[in-house]
Amino acid sequence: MTPAGGERVLLRTQGLTRHFRLGGIFSQQVLHAVDDLDMTIGEREIVALVGESGSGKTTVARLLAMVYRPTAGQILFRGRSVRSLRSRKDVLRYRGEVPMVFQDPYSAMNPVYRVSHGVLRNLKLHRPELDRAQRHLEAARVFETVGLTPGSDMLRKFPYEMSGGQRQRVGFAQALAVRPTLILADEPVSMLDVSIRAGILNMMATLRDEEDVSILYITHDIASARYVADRLIVMYAGHAVETGPTEVVLSRPKHPYTQLLLSAVPDPRDRAPTVSADSGEPPRVINPTEGCRFRWRCPIAIEECGRVTPRARPMGAAHEAACHRAVADGQQPQTHPAPTRHEVSEAAS
Amino acid sequence: MAAPLLEVDSVTVDYVTDVADIRAVDRVSLTLQPGEFLGIVGESGCGKSTLLFAIAQLLSPPAEMVSGSVRFGGHDLVQLRDDELRHVRWRDYSVVMQSAMNALNPMKSIGAQFKDTIRAHVKMAPDAIRARSAEVLRLVGIDAVHLESYPHQLSGGMRQRAMIAMALLFTPQLVIMDEPTSALDVVAQRSLMNQIKELQLKLGFAVIFVTHDMSVVGQYSDRVMVMYAGQIAEIGATASVFEQPLHPYTKGLLDAFPSIRGPRRDLTGIPGSPPDLARPPTGCRFHPRCPEAIPECAGVEPAVSMVDGRAVRCILVGEPSRERGGHDG
Repeated sequence: MTPAGGERVLLRTQGLTRHFRLGGIFSQQVLHAVDDLDMTIGEREIVALVGESGSGKTTVARLLAMVYRPTAGQILFRGRSVRSLRSRKDVLRYRGEVPMVFQDPYSAMNPVYRVSHGVLRNLKLHRPELDRAQRHLEAARVFETVGLTPGSDMLRKFPYEMSGGQRQRVGFAQALAVRPTLILADEPVSMLDVSIRAGILNMMATLRDEEDVSILYITHDIASARYVADRLIVMYAGHAVETGPTEVVLSRPKHPYTQLLLSAVPDPRDRAPTVSADSGEPPRVINPTEGCRFRWRCPIAIEECGRVTPRARPMGAAHEAACHRAVADGQQPQTHPAPTRHEVSEAAS
Repeated sequence: MAAPLLEVDSVTVDYVTDVADIRAVDRVSLTLQPGEFLGIVGESGCGKSTLLFAIAQLLSPPAEMVSGSVRFGGHDLVQLRDDELRHVRWRDYSVVMQSAMNALNPMKSIGAQFKDTIRAHVKMAPDAIRARSAEVLRLVGIDAVHLESYPHQLSGGMRQRAMIAMALLFTPQLVIMDEPTSALDVVAQRSLMNQIKELQLKLGFAVIFVTHDMSVVGQYSDRVMVMYAGQIAEIGATASVFEQPLHPYTKGLLDAFPSIRGPRRDLTGIPGSPPDLARPPTGCRFHPRCPEAIPECAGVEPAVSMVDGRAVRCILVGEPSRERGGHDG
């Protein structure tokens, strides 16, 4: 669970859990959005949180951004519990260090203000030492850092004068203005055209390399995660099912859900249609019982999967999977009935 | 070759505004054979949805079809009156709209919406309506009990399937789909695409499938058409377009996004953004963003030329074909 390359840990969660009560005040229905999540984000690291809709990935971002309070567990930022931040000043400083970038660049900005509004306001709130002229200079600088040039001209535009890709860059500029150490980017490219996504992903890598920020990149698209992320966390139904360095997870996926995700990615150069019976139905997370939450869709589930919730087990260097049947690197598989197409495809890759 | 099911001939659509007329679709022609799967690919604002609406004769002001014809199964749809069109639309061709999340009425059960659709076009006994509704729902892999369900009780993938079932109520010859999978996860997307392909092979209808993601249609379509700024950039058999893209824009689209397999490569995407159609660039509309542009590209609008059975709008590609002789369209 440590970041790749031995970098220092910036943020760590321990048993992070968030439940939502559904229905009226006497309702017994509880939705388990995030359950018992242990994760780390290192300094200058892009971590991709990958999963389908309803897997709890956005809830994780909101917990880290202090929008939600955890039901249980804790978030340690630079070793200090976020829950211990009491004063307005401390909370403001944390929010400045861990800003969010939202999914939909079309609705994330107020259409009646110029795009400079959000950046200048962030600077005024979080960096009171700057005077008016310095704020404008700094705003132009962050605009140019995210590829909006010339910064001073772009600042004067209204949102409707910008394309989706440019607006999403404004979102990153707003986050960057407060001198963050960790940007929480919630599906920043999913609303954008395929042709301009690469530009945003490249910009994220530049921010890591040149501005020394870490990024939690939340996505359902494992191919884009591969392109930009140093490490992957695959989530399913509120659990982290597999974590590890990107290339290790993708070349030797251990959890059947990761294998399913990988096989579903359309590849323009691979024209043989893949065949799978899996319909992509969302998992059941209301009042879940003990056991693996993927077992209804899992092609290799055994009886134990219905009784015991699998815990993360080491699979290799910095590589973990929460699956009873996953086989660690260098181990012999246990003999169980019915080998499957996933094992076959794994052997082929 | 059999008579084409659909012949679209130089269709042009303008959005008429006080300031200027914006040409969203510019002289687009295509033909579709019965049972064929055509993918239409392009960025947002390239006119692909407007083209679909023009084909289905669903345009409403300020959009206006200023020229061209749409021949479908012997009718010129442009010439038909509304009441005549009603006999063709949905019975012979149907449309699956973008984002099924909003296309279904949240206040009515799925079954009631199917019933409304059937009654708008034919007289049918209640029992027969129920039987047919249950039948099409089972076709898309949804249990018939969901006729009683309301849209909010279904997942996104199921709602999208229900929309497709509704489009199949009258067993049409053509189903037009506008980005039906863009709101879904990869796993649900792949499953839905497999199902569309399966149904198409089983029932024999033709499909026009619009998407901005080239990789989605690569595995399923027979032919693919790439649109840029209201015009055809390239159209041809899917395999040849993917293996050897001719138009620089097609190459850009194919290289725009990371692959999950093979070595990791740096990507640039396509620089710049699509043009403002109120003031399209002179010459080739793609030249300001084109990595292969030469000075002539800014001056002359390239004609559509035929290369190895493919139509391409690019002067770099067009000329060699003329030297080879005989293929010029």
